[in-house]
Amino acid sequence: MASVCFYFQVHQPRRIKKYRIYDIGKNSSYFDDKSESNLNNRKIIKKVSEKCYLPTNKLILKLLKKYPKFCVSYSLSGVFLEQLEEYSKPTLKSFQKLVDTGRVELLSETYYHSLSFLYSRSEFVSQIELHKKKIKELFGVTPTVFRNTELIYNDDLGRFIEKIGYKGIITEGADHVLDWRSPNFVYKAAGSKDLKVLLKNYKLSDDIAFRFSSRSWSEWPLTSEKFAQWVSSINGNGQVVNLFMDYETFGEHQWEDTGIFKFLENLPSEILKHPDNDFVTPTDAIKRYKPIGDLSCPNFISWADVERDLSAWMSNDIQKDALRRVYELEKKVFLTNNAKLIEDWRRLTTSDHFYYMCTKWFNDGDVHKYFNPYDSPYDAFIYFMRVLTDLETRIERKLQIYA
Amino acid sequence: MFGWEFPPYNSGGLGVACMGLTQALSSKGIDITFVLPKRFDVNVNYMKFRFADSSLKCIGVNSLLSAYVTSESYGLKALRARSIYGNNLLAEVARYAKLASEIASEVDHDIIHAHDWLSFLAGEAAQETSGAPLVTHVHATEFDRTGGTGVNQQVYEIEKEGCSRATDVIAVSNLTKNILTSNYGIDSSKVHVVHNGINPDSFDVPNRADISGIVKLKEMGYSIVSFVGRITLQKGPDYFLQVAKKVLEYNKKVLFVIAGSGDMQNQIIMEAARMGISNRVLFAGFLRGEELSNLYKLSDVFVMPSVSEPFGLTALESLAYGTPILISKQSGVSEVVDASLKSDFWDVMDMADKILALTQYKNLRQVLSHEGHDQAMKCTWDKAADKTIDIYNHLLKT
Repeated sequence: MASVCFYFQVHQPRRIKKYRIYDIGKNSSYFDDKSESNLNNRKIIKKVSEKCYLPTNKLILKLLKKYPKFCVSYSLSGVFLEQLEEYSKPTLKSFQKLVDTGRVELLSETYYHSLSFLYSRSEFVSQIELHKKKIKELFGVTPTVFRNTELIYNDDLGRFIEKIGYKGIITEGADHVLDWRSPNFVYKAAGSKDLKVLLKNYKLSDDIAFRFSSRSWSEWPLTSEKFAQWVSSINGNGQVVNLFMDYETFGEHQWEDTGIFKFLENLPSEILKHPDNDFVTPTDAIKRYKPIGDLSCPNFISWADVERDLSAWMSNDIQKDALRRVYELEKKVFLTNNAKLIEDWRRLTTSDHFYYMCTKWFNDGDVHKYFNPYDSPYDAFIYFMRVLTDLETRIERKLQIYA
Repeated sequence: MFGWEFPPYNSGGLGVACMGLTQALSSKGIDITFVLPKRFDVNVNYMKFRFADSSLKCIGVNSLLSAYVTSESYGLKALRARSIYGNNLLAEVARYAKLASEIASEVDHDIIHAHDWLSFLAGEAAQETSGAPLVTHVHATEFDRTGGTGVNQQVYEIEKEGCSRATDVIAVSNLTKNILTSNYGIDSSKVHVVHNGINPDSFDVPNRADISGIVKLKEMGYSIVSFVGRITLQKGPDYFLQVAKKVLEYNKKVLFVIAGSGDMQNQIIMEAARMGISNRVLFAGFLRGEELSNLYKLSDVFVMPSVSEPFGLTALESLAYGTPILISKQSGVSEVVDASLKSDFWDVMDMADKILALTQYKNLRQVLSHEGHDQAMKCTWDKAADKTIDIYNHLLKT
């Protein structure tokens, strides 16, 4: 049996505008860039809705209607959902329609797509709760499988997640963790009672997400027929093929003219041509398949970069400095008991801010540059720190009033 | 190879670039005769020199020429000095060309390589004499020097003619290549970009020597922001002052050092006084050698606000000493160094903002310093020489 498990990450951060030193103490709107640049969050939500979310949701809905065996799963970050509420109601509605079919599973995560597990367990739990509440409010469902920010995972995290009530978690099928083992099975997290782990098949996932339109790739052009053959070939030595990717793959990273929508449209029928194949959601997968063994992962992994570790967010000194300083404010900001201040602080915990400060691959001009809306990682740091200074002064002022 | 100035008799980057490139070329076995318009005591043993005034027996006489004089200021200088040379720059350029053809008939050569417009006519004359292929090397165009307004038509014609007649053209950046193709109509397929570089070995001077009390000021908590370049329109010294004023409104403990001289110097000094910031703006004059390297080393930020900068070697030098840079987006060096802060030269608010960030955040300075240093060390004359030799080889094959 080869069950295809589709999971799409849908997230948009609230990008910090070019916040100048002159703004400190005067202007506390950090995320309302109104320029034509890629810092304008409203513009990005509108653009990506047009190019990706709306057409892809429409297509997925069509496929769900046409193929009763087809199903998918999403993780929709809280910051993403609140931006949809503000900037694009039709997009929100199209996601709701998908969930209403009953064959679309939503995963749990931290509301702010943050690295909070690494810095504050209590904040980590709070952000998960906030997300759960948002999902219940907008979609009427409660997730039971967890996905941490950018698939960041280790044994500790697995045990913690089980303790707060989750049955399963998804993460990267990193080579250095799997070694000779296959990502195409369900595993049990080492040290947990019974937490199931689903691992991304990064070869097949990245064939779609990264290589699909690459003409220098020997398999180009990728047809759904060919891809379905690769999936079918795991029959006999695997059970579940986890295809995890950014939802923006469809129409935004891979433009419509690359044929990505046609590919997706034809994929279910091609996959289902093989009688032993079907589709599952993460919950289906962990219910149906028994773990084949324990998966031990003492060090943190993620799905980012070739290193598959935390270095995309915390490898250089400016990233470490910014992260340390934002979490240093945690105690104080909660002392204020002020919802607006706490919300602004939480928006600063979004992992993307630190990703933009990464200089690791800067010279190769690859994905980091592609995703970076700032002129350079250093600019990202400067604006972030400015905002943090302003926030700090607002917190101080509030606390002085109480004192 | 026809040049116009050579260290230590240089007024700017052209001489430094000629030396860096020729050193690297000769270490790779290229036999160079370097021709200059007048006699200098050049202390170089890796290549031969010829001086185009030797036949005039003017050995040791100081020429009025420097690579960056404008036609107007040359007229004045010549009048005062009552030189035996022609009293305008263009006549001087023509005189150089006449003597160049004599040298071309005496010196055996396969390729003629001419640096910037002042030696283009000499290069063309040499080509007519020997028939060897001509490579013109563009370090700056008239558009860069004038900021695009008041372009001297005769200089423009010489640049255009030189690049049109050359078999191949070397531009120091894509920025310069674009100017050559769009403003001069030069066929882009024959314009090759060879970025300038540095010689990494010449920067291992570890100790921070004391100069003029700057060390003390640093101990008192001052940050040093430096500008190294000719004080002339192209380099944006006026923007530097405006930025300084803005920065000082937010942080009084910053000192701005301007190292260089130039036609706008007096104007800039006056302007600083008018703005009320002359106690925070120091004029260091034209620095070279150890004095210059000390300034680089002691600075917390190096700023290059050039209106138009074909390359910008000083930015690489600064990084080589580990000092982070804030450079104009309108610069060639920004094509090769990512680990830098960049602004539009006219965006005073943005530049001030970035300088304040650098004085404020130590970690940012450190990251930009380390990564910038690593990137600068990879921009070598050795690489520039390899590209130049590729161009030579291709020329000799066809």
